[in-house]
Amino acid sequence: MRGLLLALLALIALSAPLAAQDMLPPAPYAYKQLADPAQERKAQALMETLRCLKCQSQSIADSDAPMAGDMRHQVRTRIAAGEEPEAIRQWLIERYGDYVSYTPQVKPLTWPLFAAPLLFLALAAFLLRGRFRRSKGA
Amino acid sequence: MSTAEQSKRPGLAVWLPLGLFAGFLALVIVGLYWPADREVSSAFIGKPLPAFDLPPATDERPGLATAQFQQGGKPRLLNVFASWCVPCAVEAPQLAALAKQGVEIDGVAIRDRKEDVARFLGQYGNPFARIGKDDLSQVQLAIGSSGVPETFVVDGKGIIRYQHIGDIRQEDIPLILRKLAEAEGGAQ
Repeated sequence: MRGLLLALLALIALSAPLAAQDMLPPAPYAYKQLADPAQERKAQALMETLRCLKCQSQSIADSDAPMAGDMRHQVRTRIAAGEEPEAIRQWLIERYGDYVSYTPQVKPLTWPLFAAPLLFLALAAFLLRGRFRRSKGA
Repeated sequence: MSTAEQSKRPGLAVWLPLGLFAGFLALVIVGLYWPADREVSSAFIGKPLPAFDLPPATDERPGLATAQFQQGGKPRLLNVFASWCVPCAVEAPQLAALAKQGVEIDGVAIRDRKEDVARFLGQYGNPFARIGKDDLSQVQLAIGSSGVPETFVVDGKGIIRYQHIGDIRQEDIPLILRKLAEAEGGAQ
């Protein structure tokens, strides 16, 4: 009976993980902007490029998940304390890996991502050059 | 273009759309049956537990601070849970079993009210030595945990050694015990 109940609970847990919500009010700076507009702009720009870990295709600026609210609170209080947005991004990347950031970082693993457009441009130029030359000759 | 040129290889071109479609279909099937891993594991394994000092989440147990993990004792489990989290209730018997085997378990209650924590512990048992109250998910963010429940193995020096994402099931207990033993070996 107990096993059955637990299995049922597990099923519910698997089918609706987002249904579970806490009873606490949102963090102070989850929905409240910073008083300084310049700081709020910085915070907003950063929050739009950080992934919500609960609802992974949303940014923390978009998400109403309580954890995203807590992350916004974290971002806003750190910006208010004078921390640079990129330092906060690094702090999160140190903990969650690159996945937490929507802004790709240039590093050994990702440089082909940045090099590919240049390579394709060079290839296109090379191919087109041949074609122009031919049409000129014709 | 001459008709001769066109009739040279119509066979291949005709099959191309179908080939593309088949490739697309294969991609869909792969995505359906072998979905990508959506778990975000902590990048903080092997690093020292960040400094924190949480107030107690229940009157029955003291709060939780980093210093308590650095006293050179046995490795401990740090369980990130919440009373509002259903899988946390599911893993309660497994935590109780681990506690019964002498494993020391500390808890961090995420965004929780004292009365709810007390009700949860009353209903599902209390395997915790200490429970910290993390109302802003600050400790959760600081250790790279992305949900509840998660369980970390922390060695006697306060270094995070292992992260278990999701509820601990019956079959996970041997793995947790092995990771605790490994953490103990490494700390000496």
